[in-house]
Amino acid sequence: MSAAEAAVKFVTETPPEEIERVKEWINSEEYKEKNFERTALVVNPAHACQPLGAQMVATGFEGALPFIHGSQGCASYFRSTFSRHYREPAAATCDAMTEDGAVFGGQNNLFEGLENAYALYKPKMIPIFTTCMPEVIGDDLNAYTKNAKAQGFIPEDLPTPYANTPSFNGSHIHGYDAMLRSILQTLTEGQKVEGKCTGKLNIIPGFDGNVGNLREYKRILDLMGIPYTMLADVSDVFDSGCDGEYKLYPGGTKMEDAAESINGKATISMQKYSTVTTMKWIESEYDGEKAILPLPFGVKKTDEMLMKLAELFDKPIPAELKAERARAVDAMTDAQQYLHGRKFAIAGDPDYLLGIVTFLLEMGARPWHILCSRSTKKFQKEMQALLDTSVFGEGCSIYINKDLWHMRSLLVTDPVDGIIGDTHAKWAARDAKIPLFRIGFPIIDRVNLHRTPVVGYNGAISMLSMLANKFLDIKDETCDDQWFEMMR
Amino acid sequence: MAERKPIKGITIESTEKLIADTLAEMPEKAQKKRAPHLGANEPGASACAVKSNKKVVPGVMSQRGCAYAGAKGVVWGPIRDMIHVSHGPVGCGVYSWGTRRNLMQGIPGVTSFPMDFTSDFQERDIVYGGDLKLEKLLREADELFPLNKGMSVLSECPVGLIGDDINAVAKKMEKELDKLVVPCNCEGFRGVSQSLGHHISNDSIRDHIIGKFKFKEEAGPYDIALIGDYNIGGDVWAAKPILEEIGLNVKSVWTGDGEVEKIGATHSVKLNLIHCYRSMNYMCKVMEEKWNIPWLEYNFFGPTKIEESLRAIGELFDDKIRKNVEKVIKKYKPVMKEVTDEYKPRLEGKTAMLFVGGLRPRHTIGAYEDLGIQITGAGYEFAHQDDYDRTAPEMAKGTLIYDDVSEFELEKFVEELKPDLVGSGIKEKYVFQKAGIPFRQMHSWDYSGPYHGYEGFKIFARDIDMAINSPTWDLVKSPF
Repeated sequence: MSAAEAAVKFVTETPPEEIERVKEWINSEEYKEKNFERTALVVNPAHACQPLGAQMVATGFEGALPFIHGSQGCASYFRSTFSRHYREPAAATCDAMTEDGAVFGGQNNLFEGLENAYALYKPKMIPIFTTCMPEVIGDDLNAYTKNAKAQGFIPEDLPTPYANTPSFNGSHIHGYDAMLRSILQTLTEGQKVEGKCTGKLNIIPGFDGNVGNLREYKRILDLMGIPYTMLADVSDVFDSGCDGEYKLYPGGTKMEDAAESINGKATISMQKYSTVTTMKWIESEYDGEKAILPLPFGVKKTDEMLMKLAELFDKPIPAELKAERARAVDAMTDAQQYLHGRKFAIAGDPDYLLGIVTFLLEMGARPWHILCSRSTKKFQKEMQALLDTSVFGEGCSIYINKDLWHMRSLLVTDPVDGIIGDTHAKWAARDAKIPLFRIGFPIIDRVNLHRTPVVGYNGAISMLSMLANKFLDIKDETCDDQWFEMMR
Repeated sequence: MAERKPIKGITIESTEKLIADTLAEMPEKAQKKRAPHLGANEPGASACAVKSNKKVVPGVMSQRGCAYAGAKGVVWGPIRDMIHVSHGPVGCGVYSWGTRRNLMQGIPGVTSFPMDFTSDFQERDIVYGGDLKLEKLLREADELFPLNKGMSVLSECPVGLIGDDINAVAKKMEKELDKLVVPCNCEGFRGVSQSLGHHISNDSIRDHIIGKFKFKEEAGPYDIALIGDYNIGGDVWAAKPILEEIGLNVKSVWTGDGEVEKIGATHSVKLNLIHCYRSMNYMCKVMEEKWNIPWLEYNFFGPTKIEESLRAIGELFDDKIRKNVEKVIKKYKPVMKEVTDEYKPRLEGKTAMLFVGGLRPRHTIGAYEDLGIQITGAGYEFAHQDDYDRTAPEMAKGTLIYDDVSEFELEKFVEELKPDLVGSGIKEKYVFQKAGIPFRQMHSWDYSGPYHGYEGFKIFARDIDMAINSPTWDLVKSPF
């Protein structure tokens, strides 16, 4: 027998008792400790990369065609992710850099890509953002786009804001931020008129996969009689109707409205963490007042939003909204017994987490494990401060830069009643036999959840119903016969 | 094979005009680049005239993915008992996590790993390199998931650009951990599509896995392997029973619901049956050259093709198998007739256009035809010349062939040819549905399946009927 033949191993079967042992072991305290000791390996992260967020913003302006400078595969991943979540088209084009691009840089790809994208899809704006590849080789987008215009590949006056969105830095919310700032910088350039005020509110929703939320903001503003421009408004793009005609550009913030936003009466961001640099820039450049509001999940944060809007525009809060508030509170007091004391594990983006925790605390529920797979100490501190505002926050833990495999360990060693997160949490939920409530992005295994708002008073009712009714379903489905009853 | 009957309203001339009109709207350079990739079908031609496997034309909105997608998503991901590390920044692993529907048995996290393992590169990893992190990561993974039968390291774009040496790390760690550790240099910028990722993965299977294992039991005369079936929506589980029913022994599956050691022992089989020719023909050729294992393409979509394939398989074995083949065909004939009796009356005369990866457009034609549906256009994201050569005879004269079709082109083509169904991917789906055109995702079986085998055809027929004849389409036009 040759040495090579001798090196050939038999196909092995793992003994059933060994499988049983490991199956038990991964649910143990000991395993949890080991799991939390890892420093290099990430398993099942709950965040995506920067350009995804950039594409969301780029999609939110009328006639804008997102343009990805870099590898073709990235473009397909972003587009697929959005199409799976929203069940909508997600147009975006890419200059498909390949190996020669790695050597010579991506300028030629960008030229050709811009020329074709403009000719075929006739966009009003081409927001450009990057994937890892040009970031690693150091492509100079500023120079490249200038050259593209100078050499006539696209018209000189076509807005081509660009953002550097390396995937090895931050997460999708940072790409959102970078692209938004760049688009606003480009569109508002030279538009500021001293003393001019459009009288309008600029509202920035932040990275929010729920188009129902965006529509809810607009409904509230309409009720309050506040004229507004929603910046990066994806609601009509990622929630377009089916009427027999495909429209490449079905909506989004109008270019002229975006340009005029610099002369607005006030600008608010509904998400602090996904608009950090944008708001910083707006703070220094925009007219009018600025405010960063907490995502209005639950009653108190919605109150805060309405009072801020009332203050900024010197408008009364209409009776209709006051009635809505009372109905939400009614629903919450009626159903509080189904959520009081219930423990939850939550995974998601920083702003969403703060919103969800706020709501749970209002209900007397306990946000027991709070996990953010890409965030900062600053966020941790803010979350802790929020927990400290309520007795229901006592004993709750915050985990930053931990992933869903860490969460799995938490769930099996220190179980909770429910999990709130995006679809990716379903594996941990199944292993721990704990129901998952899908709030976040992406939701790729249920229909229409992205259309049901979770912000505002109505959103509070929706969340409450989702949570409480599931617990009641579980009771009905799992209780013994003698405990099965008509009323719950 | 008899040539398909011409399709009403479709001629070489009409198709060529459609292509010319579409190209006319493109910038000159793009026109020139795209023209060779579009054509009217000549079923009798010795080679399909449509060109393929060329670079994406920048900016046209191609539907293609990358080499990493071909490696992780297609070839490696389905091997259930290995840990597949997406080595590089966080995105690639997240987007490809659970989005291909390559179903697998096992206990997740214990004996199977349908998860996202990544090194989540940060700026410092780009600056200082990620080799040490990779080493550590592999150690951690092996400790936390001890029943893994090996690990694959799948490079994302930055890894190749910063000059990391994953091959050296893999070699070192294979020794240290006494487990398979397979490096795969499948950076997304390599090649022109997923296709190179398949090839690179095949090469790494060749170099690191095949021939490294042997089955405990003696080799038998009916041992075969399934190559290039990724168990999308459970396809393997619908195909395997048929092969077993005719008396064959499926020793390993590449790679759907696959087990790595069995894959590594495949060289002892008597025949390789290949489903996805595009992504794994390389491996069949390697095994043929090195171990004299013959291989045969088979197609289990729709009863006509199943019967054809079973008989062709039978020809490579003895009378016992051939008899079994006839028995199986006879057994399922009435079952399949029941299916076509139910659905064909509602589908006869309909047309469909297809655009999928590298295999399915040509392979599913028979299944559509079993239901009375004609294919008016077909094309691939990442196919090569040999795929198009295999496609041309399956399509009627003058039908439209498109390679790496852009969204712009496909929209124009669909608008003109007005098919009753478009079968393509998630990125295309809603574009056409908005236009009121029924659509099925043909990469993922639209979250349904299996579509393979006799069991699969029942589901395929139901799904196609459901898509085309859903009453919801009648609501699209508002009465006011």
